[in-house]
Order: sequence, then structure tokens, then C-alpha cells
Amino acid sequence: MRTRDLLSFAVGAARGNRVRTALLMLAMAIGVAAVVTLTALGDGARRYVVREFSAIGSNLVIVLPGRTETGGINPGSFVSTTPRDLTVDDALALLRAPAVQRVAPLAVGTSELSVGGKLREGMVVGSTAEFIEVRQFKMAQGQFLPREDWNRGSQVMVIGAKLRAELFPNEPALGQFVRVGDRRFRVIGVLAATGSGLGMNTDELAVVPVSLAQAMFNTNTLFRILVEARNRDAIEPAKRQVSEIIQQRHDGEQDVTVITQDAMLATFDKLLGTLTLGVAGIAAISLAVAGILVMNVMLVSVAQRRSEIGLLKALGASGATIRAAFLVEAALLSAAGALFGYALGLAGAALIRALYPVFPAYPPDWAVLAGLGTALFTGVLFGVLPARNAARLDPVTALAKR
Amino acid sequence: MATSGASASEAQIELQGIERVFHLGDSVVHALAGIDLRITAGEYIAVMGPSGSGKSTLLNVLGLLDRPDAGHYRLEGRDVTTLSPDEQAHVRSLRIGFVFQSFHLVPRLTAAENIALPMVLAGLPARERDQRVRQALDGFGLADRADHRPDQLSGGQRQRVAIARATIMQPAMLLADEPTGNLDRATGEEVVHLLEQLNSGGVALLVVTHDAAMGARARRRLLMEDGAIRHDQLMRDGVFHDAHA
Repeated sequence: MRTRDLLSFAVGAARGNRVRTALLMLAMAIGVAAVVTLTALGDGARRYVVREFSAIGSNLVIVLPGRTETGGINPGSFVSTTPRDLTVDDALALLRAPAVQRVAPLAVGTSELSVGGKLREGMVVGSTAEFIEVRQFKMAQGQFLPREDWNRGSQVMVIGAKLRAELFPNEPALGQFVRVGDRRFRVIGVLAATGSGLGMNTDELAVVPVSLAQAMFNTNTLFRILVEARNRDAIEPAKRQVSEIIQQRHDGEQDVTVITQDAMLATFDKLLGTLTLGVAGIAAISLAVAGILVMNVMLVSVAQRRSEIGLLKALGASGATIRAAFLVEAALLSAAGALFGYALGLAGAALIRALYPVFPAYPPDWAVLAGLGTALFTGVLFGVLPARNAARLDPVTALAKR
Repeated sequence: MATSGASASEAQIELQGIERVFHLGDSVVHALAGIDLRITAGEYIAVMGPSGSGKSTLLNVLGLLDRPDAGHYRLEGRDVTTLSPDEQAHVRSLRIGFVFQSFHLVPRLTAAENIALPMVLAGLPARERDQRVRQALDGFGLADRADHRPDQLSGGQRQRVAIARATIMQPAMLLADEPTGNLDRATGEEVVHLLEQLNSGGVALLVVTHDAAMGARARRRLLMEDGAIRHDQLMRDGVFHDAHA
């Protein structure tokens, strides 16, 4: 039988029983649509996180106290095993590093903020004038913290957009006083609304000079030191120099962890990439189910078309021809269902994007290819058994049964 | 022994000691019990007998749809009992045409497509197929029914489509199982005339029938009973005589 005839015969057979064809295509379509939509979700999550991290600031190197990696033995190991705290002086010392452009110390705590009779729990960040440049924030009103001695800050505060709206709903915020604990801060600026980043909502932050924050929280340690490298290529040297300087200052002990944004990004990228793969795997199960449905439907089809198969044999069709006819039919139906499902999946991803515009739910190319490929493969694989059954049918009994 | 008067060299079909046994539960049914038969090219044979006498089984064996449990079947000098199923399919495709009582047309295909089906299966090029189908449609008076599906055709038209399909590959032998069984008398007669016309064109025609009138039209008559040929009669002077009598 010629290939063209085989195809048109299979198409004819598929159109001959529309309910069966629709059912089979639907099963395949649901499987492929599940793969496309779910991977779009997974990959969307990955893109979303990567984008959020990029928003923290460029060329960022972050120093955090404590060691999360095994470093091996160095002279400091014999002196002490307790990690030293990060201090403002550590942060100042980092400015010596040639690859470093800016440094912003970070002390964080929660406290009660009150204006007049209004009281609110809020996150207070102690930092310096460099903070806004390192994090690349924009001001909505007023100015950011003034450039001054890091160890002697003035009693001023910069608040986030949401905090401003809540504390000063009907009046200008600039120049007003906010009480934090037993101190009063004059509001000198309001940050532009940005949304969240690095796990804290910047719109709800209150930023004060680092020395005052430390005094309020009764500590002299820092939560983080944010370091901005001179450019993208300087990130690695900056990381190395920062490590060396801190090690020198901490009696030769490597007791801080220095991470770069790239490393964090790579980790999250990998993590969420794996998640997407896992989700794709789960969705692929629906493809396997669809494959089994293909097999069932084709088996029923073989049973229903016994007399036709008997006739084809009587007319001189070989077993191979009949096998090919049923396989081509299964493959065609699977392919059509897969394409339909692909369209359905794209529509699903588009719907998610329409509902959550911040979420970039686009299916990755590999998932689309894998989904379509798997659909075709399972369709043919599960079409083999019915096709073999058809080819082995005894023509006499097949013709006798009407 | 039931043999035709023809000599061995002329025999198109030669059956020797053909046995076909069915096991139904514990009982054993000898559908064919030691059939010996010679058929020469272009013969017109009616196979008659009560239900269960083995007529259809004989037809299936002759058509290579069924394998005998014992015996030899030589078709045009070649032993076809030992062929593989695919080789048998090839022989069916080229040498044998079937006509069924219930027509067995593919319901989703048009008359023209049904007629073309054996050529499609044999892999003939589309141009040759179209040409032959057009000839067949004209020859069988179906020209205006080419694009009708079986459910839009009358019984007689359906059987004509089926016969056109059976002969489109120009087989040497036409096997018809109760070809008029589902037709009224007039249409049945039409179909019989058509088959006889084809037979006079040189195709061997073997018809299984219950209809004595139809059986009487054949030049040779096989009367079967319990899987054996009881009488093998030739028409002489309008009367059937046992061939070996």
C-alpha cells in the first residue's frame, strides 16, 4: 500500500467514527496541554524569581556573618571557633578593596513606629547614604539619608511608599516626626513604590542611619554588608578581596559568607529549573494515561471493525499493511491531539499571564518539544498492540461476525 | 471419487484429501472430511447442501482464508497450503475475488472507493486505479453512483459494487457465498446474470447457494453433506449427471 493511500485510508477511518476520534484526540490534547501549561507555570516561576533578584541591584556582592561552607584549616581555626560579628568598621574597611565601588552596611530589626496616636509595627533598616545607590531605589519625595560619619548619624528617616500612606494618609510626610521606641526621627524622604525584593517589602521599610539603628536595637553587629563591585567583571575580584579583608580583620578566620547575586541567581535558576522538570514529569504521567486511552480506544476500534479487517484480508491485504494502517491511524490521531493540546496549553499559559501580569508564564521550548514528542511516541507505542491484534485477526471469523 | 472430466494438466485448482476440523468444546466437527476436487479454468460450479455441510468452509479454504488441517491444495500448479499468510494474501490479491452474501462494503467509502480498495491495497498507482474504476463503473452500470456511499445504494447496486470490487484485479477465480441471499428475486437474478457474464469471460465461478433454481443454472453442481462431496454432477442435455457415473 502506498504511503499516500495509507494516510488517506487512516484519515478516512478516523473520520468514520467521530466520537472515537474526538475522544482520543481530547485525551492526547489534555496530556499535552497539561505539560505545556504546567511547565509554563514552573518556568514562569523561575523567570519571576530571576527577575526579582536582578531587581535587587546590579553587580551586588553580599556579606553575611557565619560560615556556610567548609573552608579547611587556617591559623584562625586554632584561636577561636565562634564566628565574629560583622561591624560597621568591617564595612568601612571594605572600601579599601580596589574592585569595590560602594558599600552599604545593613542592620535590621522590627520596632513600633508611632505618629500622633497611630501605632504600627514596622521593619527598621539601619544603613547609610550608599544604600539607595547600591539597591537602585528611586525617591518619590525628599532626599535619602545624608552622607555623614557612619558612626554618628542624624535623627532622620526615609520611609517606604506604603508606610507613608498609612502613617500620613492626609498630610505631607516630609518634615513630620516619627517616634521609634524612645527616639524621634524627622522624615526627610519617601521611597518610590517598588514592590518586594530580597524577601522584604521595600514599600514598608523605614530607613534610618546605621549607628542609630544599632543603638536602638542595642547591638553593634550588622545583618548584612551590601557591596557593589565596580562592574560586572569586577564581581569575582570584589568577592575575593572582600573575603580577604574580612579574614584579616577577623584574626585570619574565614567566618563570613560572601555570596554574589550571580551565585544566588544560578542557585535559584537551577532549583526552579529542576522544579519545572519535576512538574513536567508529573504532567507527562497524563500523557502516559492518554497513551493507555489510545490503546483502549484502538482496541475497541479493532473489535468494532472486525469485519472490515476481515474484508481487507480477503481482498489481499497483508498483515503488515493492516498493522501499518492502524499504526498510522493511532499516530495521526495522537499528532492531531498533540497539536490541539499544544494550542490549548498556550491558551492556558496566556490565561495565566492575563490573570497575573507580573508572572511570565511562557512554556519553555524544550517542554513543548518533549510534550509533542512524547505524545506521538506514546500514541504509536500504545497503538502497536491493537495494530498487531488487527493484523493477527483470523479472516474467516472476522468476516463471519457482523 | 469426485473428479471432473478434465485431465490433470488442465486443472486450475486441485484439492487432495483436504480436512478441516473444528473443536467446539469437547466435540470435534469435521467441517471438511477428505475432499478431493479438480476445477479447470473458467468452470461454473454451484456448491449446494444443507447448513453445516461444509460449503462455506470449502469456499474459505479455496479462497485461502482458512487453512486445511490436512491435505494439499494446488492452485495453478503451485502448492499454496504451505505458503506464509502474507504470501497467501498476495495470491488472494492477484488471483481470487470474493463476493459475500452481506456485500461487506466499507460503509465510509464511496462506491468508487470501495471498488478501488483491492488496487489500493496492492499498491497500484492512482492513475491506473482511476481508469480501471471508471471502466468498472461503466461496465456494471454504476456510473451515476460513483460518489454514493453504500447506505445510499440499493441492495442490487451494493452487490454490483461488491462484484466490481471482486473482479477489479482480474482474478482467475470468483468465489461467491450466497451472493443473492440478501436480495429479492428480480435483483438476485440480475446479479446472477452479471456473474455468469463474467464467467463467460473466462473467470472460474464458484457459487455457494441454497437456491435450487440458481444451482440449476451452473454447468457443474457439487452436493455436499457432512463435510464431504456426495455428488459431483455435470449438466448434460439440461439434466445433471454424476460426473463419474
